[in-house]
Amino acid sequence: MRIALIDYGAGNVQSVKYAIKRLGFEPILTKDHDVIRDADKVIFPGVGAAKSAMEQLIDSGLDKLIPSLKQPVLGICVGMQLMCNYSEEGDVECLGIIDAEVKKFREGLKIPHMGWNNISDFKSKIFDGLLEGEQFYFVHSFYVPENKYSVALTNYGIRFSAAIQKDNFYAVQFHTEKSGDAGEQILKQFLEL
Amino acid sequence: MLSKRIIPCLDIKDGRTVKGVNFVGLRDAGDPVDLAEIYSKEGADELVFLDITATHEKRKTLLDLVARVAERINIPFTVGGGISELSDARALLKAGADKISINSAAVKRPELINELSTAFGAQFVVVAIDAKYTEQGWKVYLRGGRDRTEIDLFDWAKECQDRGAGEILFTSMDHDGTKSGFANKELAHLSSMLTIPIIASGGAGNMVHFKDVFQQGKSDAALAASIFHFKEISIPDLKKYLNDENIPIRL
Repeated sequence: MRIALIDYGAGNVQSVKYAIKRLGFEPILTKDHDVIRDADKVIFPGVGAAKSAMEQLIDSGLDKLIPSLKQPVLGICVGMQLMCNYSEEGDVECLGIIDAEVKKFREGLKIPHMGWNNISDFKSKIFDGLLEGEQFYFVHSFYVPENKYSVALTNYGIRFSAAIQKDNFYAVQFHTEKSGDAGEQILKQFLEL
Repeated sequence: MLSKRIIPCLDIKDGRTVKGVNFVGLRDAGDPVDLAEIYSKEGADELVFLDITATHEKRKTLLDLVARVAERINIPFTVGGGISELSDARALLKAGADKISINSAAVKRPELINELSTAFGAQFVVVAIDAKYTEQGWKVYLRGGRDRTEIDLFDWAKECQDRGAGEILFTSMDHDGTKSGFANKELAHLSSMLTIPIIASGGAGNMVHFKDVFQQGKSDAALAASIFHFKEISIPDLKKYLNDENIPIRL
């Protein structure tokens, strides 16, 4: 299986690579359009700010390529947020795959939302083998509100999307690669789609 | 609900784990990668590696260690010790660290916090503060507690947040190594005045101390070293106890 791990300069891609390797696969770190288009699975990670991440995607033309992909794509953290129409973080237009707008957590909460939180209301195959209420590791200050593409929810001051899915696009707000065995289970489910 | 985090801290010297009692008298407690894996399997929520002999010559050893940890374990980890430039932080990020912790370098040049936060995001930047109560109030100390400054703990913590720190790791030197509980009053004050998460450090001696640091100290996470390394408290027992005490925890 060819797994493309999109490397566009956003954060800790090594962790995602190592997590995939622990599952017995060898991902290709790349921003090459042909390699990404020809992969069986594409993983779209992201750490850092939406605006600078979008700028890097535009620079490498990935902003056009990613929405056109037909194979299963997994967005992680900022990768998930970038799949939406727009982000309040840096007031930036995003990829427009998911019809939703990324918002900042309200005042009065500790920001970032950092640590392990439980997720529920599973509506995707990627959660097969996991129990409702399982905990995952989150680090983010902006969130995707609950919408018709939400396939898992979590609570932090407000109920928001822990995961979304539309057609071949899957995405999780938490870090699968840092969420212990439960996180690796989701990666495994995604790779087995 | 967001869980409170339990964080074992591994002090690293020459690639081995050590823990100081009041920052002096180091004892060896094993191989860092093995320990990291044990803690991860036992249910630690995060790990901190603090390189206490970070010199330029030893940098490569630390980067190798970070890469080996990132390959083996699947929970987040922070690396601290000797980080004074963006290039140090970038090398650790590339090796697989999720966060870095800075201490003395931030006091000497506070702009470092802004630079790191802008370059890698606030979530990557933990500012560690060592402080001690003096007749003039709580003062920040540098170089592992050797040098006193005239900087007020609470002013400095606020400045760190304003400059872009993602978390504050506060060690009370008055409590560290005493096993008599965390500095709950000061921690609660930090937690109420700041909007970023607070990691409590220094003073853990028994399971009740962890309950107290979350309930009274209002901390988001609690860090300890020797009590975990020498198996005085097991993480599964601790988490079960905290869960029974109605503290949100990941089991």
